Amino acid sequence: MHEFSLIEGVLGMVKESAAEYRIKKVNRVKLVVGKLSMALPDSLHFAFDAIKTTDDLFREAGLEIEEREIMGNCQQCQQAFQIEDHCYFVCPSCNSTCIEIIQGRELYLDYYEGEEN
Amino acid sequence: MVQVRMETNILGANELLARKNRRVFTRQGMLVVNLMSSPGSGKTTLLEKSIEHLHDQLRLGVIEGDLYTDQDARRIEQKGVRVVQINTEGACHLDAGMVGRAFESLANENLDLLFIENVGNLVCPAEFDLGEDFKAVVISTAEGNDKPLKYPLIFREARAILLNKVDLLPFTDFSVERFRRDLDQINPQAPVFLVSGRTGEGIKDWIEWLLEEVKIKRADA
Repeated sequence: MHEFSLIEGVLGMVKESAAEYRIKKVNRVKLVVGKLSMALPDSLHFAFDAIKTTDDLFREAGLEIEEREIMGNCQQCQQAFQIEDHCYFVCPSCNSTCIEIIQGRELYLDYYEGEEN
Repeated sequence: MVQVRMETNILGANELLARKNRRVFTRQGMLVVNLMSSPGSGKTTLLEKSIEHLHDQLRLGVIEGDLYTDQDARRIEQKGVRVVQINTEGACHLDAGMVGRAFESLANENLDLLFIENVGNLVCPAEFDLGEDFKAVVISTAEGNDKPLKYPLIFREARAILLNKVDLLPFTDFSVERFRRDLDQINPQAPVFLVSGRTGEGIKDWIEWLLEEVKIKRADA
């Protein structure tokens, strides 16, 4: 449910930046969302579509979301591996549970595209 | 067409405020615990029980997060502890800005330990750093065994995990053994406390552990 406030934050950042770059119309917003983050892509899309209509700057913009897999790094044997089942943080080579999460918690605005006037 | 690269953390504004809170809290040498759970797991009752054990030894404060009501805050107030209520007006989590503002009225209380009772929710609060020293997650036996696997982030990030309502174990299908096994995969470092807010069972172990953390924090300040 916090996806609405996340999208509000994203559009706020884009709006501020667009003013600086004299962009009058935003066509695309790209986010990177890790699979361990608690933001659901579907809910982000839903929130984006609902909020974008409140501002002419975004009215026709599309949202692109790049999802990132969860990657762990074993502190014991130093092997990096993908965590397929997102709740088992165990090294596939040495069974250690001392795992550092090196990818999958991303939640950032990568870029946006727009047109100057 | 222009492309503007941002590479900006969506939670950046919150993280900035969380860092500011953490500086303020650390300067006071006060331990701050962010207490999280789903609704109805017994956070407030556990907090009441914890306060009974702690309030003659420590100066305590509580920040109560709730969607709309101040019922929980009033329950805590009756225990003689300073409480500040935050009503999120529908928002499903506390953020660092809300906590920073709420703390202003506790800033001169010279507290040893501050509990932040988050909004009952296992999803959204996990993303928001409030500036706390650590997160403690409460789950109750009546909620079933699947919670750690369904909400791994919150269990992964917790420094302490409390299994509440152990007095109800004979009446549920909850398996403590399976619970421990799942947590071994998700978060093997965190101590697990089996407690009952209603009967007081197991509370002492949790309190002793907490007192040790308060001591460590004070020594570091």
